[in-house]
This record gives sequence, structure tokens and C-alpha cells, in this order.
Amino acid sequence: MKRYFFKRFLNSLLTILLIATVTFFMMRAIPGGPFTREKPVPEEIMKALNAKYNLDAPLIVQYFDYMKGLVTFNLGPSFSRVGVSVNDLIIQGFPQTAKVGFLAVLLIIILGVPTGIISALRQNRPIDYTVMFMATLGVAIPRFVLATLYVYIFAGILGWVPTFGLKTPIAYIGPVIALCGYSLSFTARLTRSSMLEVLRQDYIRTARANGLRSLSVIGKHAMKNALIPVVTYLGPTIAAIMTGSFIIERIFAIPGIGRYFVEGVANRDYTVIMGVTVLYASFYVFMVFIVDVLYAFIDPRIRFEGRSR
Amino acid sequence: MKMKWNAVIISFAAIVCLAAAGCAKNGKTDMDPAKVLNWNLSSSGPQTLDPGLNGASDGGDVGNQIFEGLVREQNGKVVPGIAESWTFSNDDKTITFHLRDSRWSDGSKLTAHDFIYSWKRAMDPATASEYSWIWEYTNVVGAQKAAEGNGSLDAVGIKALDDYTLEVNLNYPTAYFVSLMAFYHFHPVKESAVKAGPDGTWASNPELFVGNGPFMVSRYTIGEGMTVVKNPNYWNAENVKLDAINIAFIDDHSTAYQAYKNGELDFINEVPPAEVPRLIAEDPEFYVFPLLGTYYYNFNLDLDIWKDVKVRRALTLAIDRNKIVEVLAKGNISASGFVPPGFPDHQGKDFAETAGNYGIPADSSKVEEAKSLLAEAGYPNGEGFPKFILLYNTSEGHQLVAEMVQEMWKINLGIVCDLENQEWAVFQDTRKEGDYDMARGGWLTDFLDPMGLLAIFQSNNAYNDPNYYNDKYDALISAANISIGANHFDQLYAAQEILMADLPVIPVYHYTDDYLSSPQVKNWKRSMLGTVDFSVAYMER
Repeated sequence: MKRYFFKRFLNSLLTILLIATVTFFMMRAIPGGPFTREKPVPEEIMKALNAKYNLDAPLIVQYFDYMKGLVTFNLGPSFSRVGVSVNDLIIQGFPQTAKVGFLAVLLIIILGVPTGIISALRQNRPIDYTVMFMATLGVAIPRFVLATLYVYIFAGILGWVPTFGLKTPIAYIGPVIALCGYSLSFTARLTRSSMLEVLRQDYIRTARANGLRSLSVIGKHAMKNALIPVVTYLGPTIAAIMTGSFIIERIFAIPGIGRYFVEGVANRDYTVIMGVTVLYASFYVFMVFIVDVLYAFIDPRIRFEGRSR
Repeated sequence: MKMKWNAVIISFAAIVCLAAAGCAKNGKTDMDPAKVLNWNLSSSGPQTLDPGLNGASDGGDVGNQIFEGLVREQNGKVVPGIAESWTFSNDDKTITFHLRDSRWSDGSKLTAHDFIYSWKRAMDPATASEYSWIWEYTNVVGAQKAAEGNGSLDAVGIKALDDYTLEVNLNYPTAYFVSLMAFYHFHPVKESAVKAGPDGTWASNPELFVGNGPFMVSRYTIGEGMTVVKNPNYWNAENVKLDAINIAFIDDHSTAYQAYKNGELDFINEVPPAEVPRLIAEDPEFYVFPLLGTYYYNFNLDLDIWKDVKVRRALTLAIDRNKIVEVLAKGNISASGFVPPGFPDHQGKDFAETAGNYGIPADSSKVEEAKSLLAEAGYPNGEGFPKFILLYNTSEGHQLVAEMVQEMWKINLGIVCDLENQEWAVFQDTRKEGDYDMARGGWLTDFLDPMGLLAIFQSNNAYNDPNYYNDKYDALISAANISIGANHFDQLYAAQEILMADLPVIPVYHYTDDYLSSPQVKNWKRSMLGTVDFSVAYMER
């Protein structure tokens, strides 16, 4: 068990390192730079700026300098916001993103999974059709449409919610719905189909034939197996949702970090791109790890180290 | 299983409570809402608020509320700011500013020495200010050299004769110098404050901020917004009627527009482009102002296909500018010259109007002439003219204009071009390196003189993208640079005449700037250069 965790930990670090390296060199390969301006910055100023931000060193030196910083959690200064470090940007923005993200994740889990199960148990009944209709809509409608419509109807026409920001609890509703709409629907559909498949398995029939109570069959035997694909999907999804969405944060004017994924690239704000990418990658790797651990809890057949091998 | 669900529900409830509690903190303070303006800056936040480091208009918009230069410029009129008055020497090469007795927001005295410090800091290459190139246009003795790192800061011709007298020595008489002093780059900063928060962080940190404008920074949240409150130490504080301005950083125009309609915002800098035509037609709260700039296409003059001026003129005449402006429906003005309307010359007449249209009509009335010019150049009906690529930076607006121009050339001249777009930063690199056939260009000026526009086509200018070279033109611009009055404008008129005969660029239209302002916001001002000014604004709720 310990050895497994250690191996996984090393693997994760390696993955993050690899992602950071690829991102670092890829973003430097694209044309333009952080100080590309409509009015070109004079040469002397460009020199001074490059020196200030260590951009005049050879790329490989910059890479090692950056990696040195990364190891000590120093993500460097932002180029597009003078005097602000990427650490500051993340410390300020992440809680905002995470608050919305966490609510969205909760909603996905407490709404998506149960509706999927109910839908499967009531297959081809009105409730199944309703759930699947909603879920199909949810998968089909893009986030920005959902967000724009929400703002237009609930903030614009009805005036029930504020148009922007997270100033009141009610202001969370829109961003949370828009953020989790797709994943919630997908989770419901995935749970349903996986549940249906499990319900047709022999061991369920055996359990039923043995006269176990229906609730026990579903809750104890069917659900555990049915949840495996759902958990697999949810892991990485949670990482993505918790690190925010550019479009949602833009439309609802949430001062989170989701916007930096796009803004950073547009401004060629190298350190910001690196910072959010590494953050997302770390989160992702961590979630995949959690999913692996969960497998073992959900399904006793899965073991970290099988002796039988 | 049941236990787990309970845990989930409890943690969910806990989060909701936490979120609610966290939000309560953000509630408004005890300010009188009738004296608070809610303004959206239409950007995700300025790159910096430090005037010396700033290089962008959103930072300049905020700067105009929290700092004040020697003068303010309101609707084209120069009004006294920190300078009460100013006098010119007989040769117009020395300007003496007489400063009023004013204070910084921390209560300390603001003197001429503060201006000397701020300006030298701004031009010092070690500061790495993106706008330090503007010193070239100030014509201040030694300033350009100092800004380029080739001269000493001590040799720069600015002196404090005493605490309240600032003397500026110019290489040549410079008509626009005084109005330029309203620009954010020339705003004063306090040395001790600047040193307390390196890299401009002092300016957005309420604890470290020291300014001299009508308002001062009291809150700043990255990416979300900021609040400025009335500065009791401002010299004209008795006429500052607003208690505070909440400045939102909403970069999504639709959200800002919706918030404005809901009354959550009172003033917004930009609206969704799709709403503009309707707003222009029917909304009295919508304001459109000419912006001192021009939208145009660059010919890459290094290429053989553009060598013949007849070809360039044919392409210029074959565009129906009125139609483009009509389709864009943003209140733009068709461009027949490079200098937009709004610059008065030495006689007080509008430069663009006096200059005329150089035979370049706003409509399609000269298509026949265009056709015959193209035939004279050896391409009757466009036959044999090589296909070229019109390059623009990715944006719906640019695409719309490019498509219309492409169509007009095809129908009117039989010339075919392909459209290509590139992401902004890539586009700028491509254009700077001259790796294009024809490319979009846009230029907005920072000072109230046509020089600011015409000078970019001098052969040594960094923004001379078409790579235009005409020694007569260069000489005229240089001569205009060192003269004022009739002489200055005669050279500029002559220069634009050469430019419009040579046509290194195709002017398309002149820019506009738009605002939505609630009728409750009174007495706000705007500078010709496009900076808003709430110094004496008030609310009527």
C-alpha cells in the first residue's frame, strides 16, 4: 500500500513536470510577446522590460529559473498586471472560482447521481423520459448560451438576481447552474446507462432470486458497480470545474482564475499561463489519484497490490 | 451509505452558510448612495494605476480621477489643474507654469519638485515606462535623449524655480505642449509613496496610495473592481460632489449593458456592438463622440504589386466608405484624409475640413476613375492583377469591413483578394516584420495636434508599417515639429497632401467612442482624447 502511494506520487510529480515543460516551450514558440503593443515599445524600454522579467536570458536558462521557482511555489510576476505576482492572482482568484466550483460539484453529485439511478429504475416511464429530456438539453446547450439566457431572463427581465459578481448568495445560482449544466446532465445519463447495464447482470438477478430486499439489491450490490464509470468521469471533471471557466467568469464578472486560462494566452502573460496550467494539472493528477483510491473502496475486486498476480 | 449522504448534506449546508456569511462582508459601507457613482471600466482591470508605468487607456481613465496634471482637458478645452496659470517666453521656447498651493491626499505639500521627480522617473529607461517614447513629441530639451538612455536626466530642460514655479525648456515652440500635460503619463507621483510600493503596487494599495486627484483609492480587488472616495485634500474639493465611485471591471459588454439596464451601473464605457445602431437611433442616454484616430489599410510598399501609385489610388477610390460606415452603424465618419475631424488649426478652423477630400469621395462616385486608373496601370478590368491577401486581426468587426472591401474591389475593379485573420499578438508581429501584402492598421493619437497622426509615416517611425519613404514628406513633418502657428499648420497641410497623393495607406473611417450614461449622472466631462472626467460630476437620484 505504502509503496503504491509512493509510486503514484512520483508518477504524479513527473506528469506535472512534463506538462509544465511542454507548456513552457510551447507558449514561447508562438509569435508575439508580453510587450507586443499597437505602438511598438521602444528598443531601450523593451530591453529594460526584458531584463526586469528575466526574458533576456537564454530560453533554457529561463526554463530552469522558472522550474526553480516552481519547486518553491514561486510562480513569478505577472506581465500584464504590473507588480502583481501570479501567486497573488491565484490566492485572490482561486477562492472565488472554488466557491462556485464547489457548489457546482456538489450539485452534480447530489443531483446527477440520484436522478440517474431513479431514471434507470423507472426505465421508460414518464420520470425517466423527463430526466433524460432535461439531461439531453443540458448536454446540448453550450454554457455560454445558458449563462447569457440566465442573465437575460433572471437579471434582465425578471430582475430577481444581480447581473454580475458574487455579492449575495442568490448571485451564485446562475454561475453554478451554468457551470455544472453539462456535467450534471452527463453524470445523470452516465449513471443511468451504467445502472441499467448492471441491473441486467446475473449477480443482480441472483440477489433478487435469493429474495433480498429491492433496496438492498440496488443500494448494496448494484450501485457500487454502477458508480465506477461515474467516479471515473467525476474525478477529472471536478478538477476542471474547480479551476473555473473563462466564459462563465466573464459573463458573470466573477473575479476568479478561470479567465486567466484565456487572458493569459491573449496577453502572452507567460507566467500566468504557466501558473494556471500547473495548478489545473496538479488538481487533475490529484483527482485521478483520488479516483483510483475510491475504486478500491467501491469495488473490493480492485486492490492496490494483488498478491494473486 | 446513509451516513455518507448525511455528511454530504451537512457539508452542503455548511458551504451555503459560509458563502452567505462571506458575502455579507462585501456589503456597501455607510456612504450615501445618492452620491455614489457606479461605473464600469469595460476591461478586466487596468495593468497598473501608476501614471508613470501605465500604457493603456483604462488605467488612464481611472488615473484622471485619482491624479491631476498641470492642466485638465475637457471637451477640447484646456482648463487649469495643478497649474493655476502659465506663461510663454517671447520665443515660445520656455513655458513657466505657476502652480497653485495644493496638497497630496496624505496632506503633504505638492510642489514643482514633485513634477520634476515624476517626469524624470517616467522618462528614465530604468523605470521601463511603456509610454516614455512620448517625450520625443514633447520637444523638451534633452528629454528624448534621456528617454532613449543616451543622455543624462540632469540635462533635461525642466527646472523648479521655486516650490510653485515650474520652468520647461523646449527645443522648438510646441503648440500642443500645454494640452499634453493633461495626459496621464505627465501626472505627478509622490516619491515616498512610489518607493513604498515597488512596481506601481503603491497606486492600487489603499494603504500606500497617495494621489492628488479629486478621488483616492479606498479599495482594490484584482479582476473585480475598485472604489475611489472623495479626496478631502484636493484643491477643488468643494466642487467635488460625489462621495465615491465604484468602478467595476466587467469586460463582457453584454453583462455590463444588462447591469446598466438594471440600474446596477450608472455609466458604462462600452456597449455590445450589436446594440449600437438601436441605441444611436433611439436612446438619449447613449453618447457617441469622435475619437481622434483612423482605421486604414496598409500597402506593403516593399512589394512590386503596389509600386504603381495608380493601382493604390484605384483601390482607394473603389471603396464606398459611406456604405461601410452605414453597415457598421457605429456613428463613424468616412475617412478621405488621414487626419480625423476635431483638430483646430491656427485659425481655429477644422484641419480635416480645410484639408478637403483629395478627390477621395466618401461614396462610390469615383468608381469609373478607379477603373480607368487601373487600366492605365496595365490591368484593364483587373485582368492580370495578382491575387493578394488582406490581413487583419481576428475580430468580427474587422472581418465585416474586410469582406465589404473585398466585395467592392471584386465588383468595381475585378480585383480578387483573399482574407486572412491572425490572433492579435501574432498579427502585430507579422505586420511589424512586413510579412504581408495588405494589412489593417489603426491609429489613435495622444495629443491635440495632427502631428500625432501624420508623424507615424515618417520613414524612421516605428509605426511606419507600409514602409513609406518620401523625403519631402519627412522634411515637412520635421519642419512642422519645430514650428507653431501658421507655419506649423502649413507644413502639416502640405504633408497630408503628399501623403494622400502617394497613398501608402487606404484610409477607411475615423473612430468613435461611445458611452451609456444614466440621466442621473450630471456634469461629467470627456477629453478629446477619450478620457472621462468625473471630477465635478454629481448624481441626481
